[in-house]
Amino acid sequence: MAIPRGKVVAIMGGSGSGKTTILRLIGGQLRARDGKVLVQGQSVRDLSREELFAMRRRIGMLFQFGALFTDMTVFENVAFPIREHTDLDEALIRDLVLMKLHAVGLRGAAQFHPAELSGGMARRVALARAIALDPMLVMYDEPFAGLDPISLGIVGQLIRRLNDALGITSVVVTHDVYESLKIVDYLYFVSEGRIISQGTPQEVRQSTDPFVRQFVDGQPDGPVPFHYPAKPYAEELAARVA
Amino acid sequence: MNRATIDLWVGIFVTIGIGAVVFLALKVGNLATLETKPSYHLDANFDNIGGLKQRAPVKAAGVIVGRVESIKLDPKTYEAVVGLRIDTGYQFSKDTIASILTSGLLGEVYIGLEIGGDPQMLADGGRIAKTQSAVVLEKLISQFLFDKASSGPAK
Amino acid sequence: MSHSNSLSRGMRRIGAGTIRAISRTGFMFRFFLAVLLKTPSALHRLQLTAREIYFAGVLSLVVIMVSGLFVGMVLGLQGYDSLNKYGAGDSLGIFVGLSLVRELGPVVAGLLFASRAGSAVTAEIGLMKTTEQLSAMEMMAVDPLARIVAPRFWGGVISMPLLAALFSVMGVFGAYLVGVRLIGVDNGTFWGNMQAGIDFWPDITNGIIKSVVFGIAVSLIAVFEGYDADPTAEGVSAATTRTVVGGSLAILALDFVLTVFMFRGLGNV
Repeated sequence: MAIPRGKVVAIMGGSGSGKTTILRLIGGQLRARDGKVLVQGQSVRDLSREELFAMRRRIGMLFQFGALFTDMTVFENVAFPIREHTDLDEALIRDLVLMKLHAVGLRGAAQFHPAELSGGMARRVALARAIALDPMLVMYDEPFAGLDPISLGIVGQLIRRLNDALGITSVVVTHDVYESLKIVDYLYFVSEGRIISQGTPQEVRQSTDPFVRQFVDGQPDGPVPFHYPAKPYAEELAARVA
Repeated sequence: MNRATIDLWVGIFVTIGIGAVVFLALKVGNLATLETKPSYHLDANFDNIGGLKQRAPVKAAGVIVGRVESIKLDPKTYEAVVGLRIDTGYQFSKDTIASILTSGLLGEVYIGLEIGGDPQMLADGGRIAKTQSAVVLEKLISQFLFDKASSGPAK
Repeated sequence: MSHSNSLSRGMRRIGAGTIRAISRTGFMFRFFLAVLLKTPSALHRLQLTAREIYFAGVLSLVVIMVSGLFVGMVLGLQGYDSLNKYGAGDSLGIFVGLSLVRELGPVVAGLLFASRAGSAVTAEIGLMKTTEQLSAMEMMAVDPLARIVAPRFWGGVISMPLLAALFSVMGVFGAYLVGVRLIGVDNGTFWGNMQAGIDFWPDITNGIIKSVVFGIAVSLIAVFEGYDADPTAEGVSAATTRTVVGGSLAILALDFVLTVFMFRGLGNV
């Protein structure tokens, strides 16, 4: 799998197909036993602790459902990476945080606590936090999960616009086909830990691959079977308890 | 919950916590009576010290004038050698009597000093010559029985 | 199913459980060392640790002090009842003082601390794990051990001895209320005998040492269980239970071991 700089790439697949694992491999939270994970040419597995931490400072991650720190305000959440990794004074930090919040449209919500936010707002705050240090790579873990249509649209647009405006690279793990096809440059389809298919949105829409078709069209049965493996129905019904 | 409030409460907590430790040390324990006053050392030999323990009080006329500092056995005479630490403010004559007494029936064992008439006082490192050992209950009982038996059949 | 089958299955489960318990203990020990190593950075942000002292210590004050008062009062009542039978009613002060300072202060305060503050810390860390806050922190190149775990550990260790001392003080006060005010033990005798019988060394210092050891044990178990919890609702719930049960048992076991070492051979020494 290759993720070119400056592009938005989607990794799609059913639940449990290994999509989130890929993100963890890139971020160094998991170590690959076979194969390589290269970030800007460096193998993640071979990095020392300091090098790994340095690399992570250049990566932003949006976790599923946000993973905001519940004991801090929105402002403090976005300020957190800045405070931890830089020595900037409070006035400058304030400007940066407000700028990031403004980019996601939530500058007015700076004093709220995560518990007081709606799902969509929490997601956007997490996005602001992910770009707080102007990373070169941003990873999105199911950014569209559980959102209402308006929020879906907002998040999708933000991913695209921030990617282009900030010149970053984006990896989006999702199973929302509709939103992805609208905003990404390239897609990978994975199932059970393997790449099944790949292509641009155009190619995917016209793909004849049965797996891609089942996924894109939302068909209940196909390469991914409807029935969980079981004994033949007639046999099970006819069986008697001894 | 802002920082100032938290800091205030933590400060209060730590202060009263340490205050509690100090209170325990002074009022509940006896840290205050630990030797900070100038004192001098005396020795006394006993045949039997009974239940005397280290840091037991040394009293004269019932007033605490010092503490038992050390308890050792003289390997030659097989007597107990008790080291006493006496407050400098109190002087005792050379013929002072040191006895091992018990305060009350179940009370703690202490050393009682009875001053004598000798004009010369004991100095630091001196030895109390006259001592009275502890009363051991078993010996008292056997003494009583012996006396009873030797005074003839009762009836 | 023949009997030997279920027997061997039972044995296998016991074996697997034992191995799991042992490897968990090893993991906890490594965890403990890691937390200790992160201590400099935790103390570097005194603010974080102070916050945890607030949540662990200050918020436990009411429970500890009220419990101490009641325990002291009961000690006063029961103690006087028993002592008076031997004409030793005057020794109430020393009886209560020694019981509290040597044993009840550190142990009961420790048990209360384990259930109140310990479970709260476990639940908090477990919940942060479940909502991926710990992962998020890791990905932002901030070590959660230094920023979340270590301050909570030290907050507990610092709070415990202070709480134990406060418990003992309230206990003595409670016994005073019952003994002197209610029953009529002489005030001077109460305090005098107590002071004469309790020494700073070994009684009070050993009590302090005990509470510090208990604080380390309970805090370690609390942060470990939270950090190691299954990231589900049931997982966090099970973890908090393990903290309370494990912490309490640890306190009682350590109390026995420490008491044997501290208070044996009090004969001539």
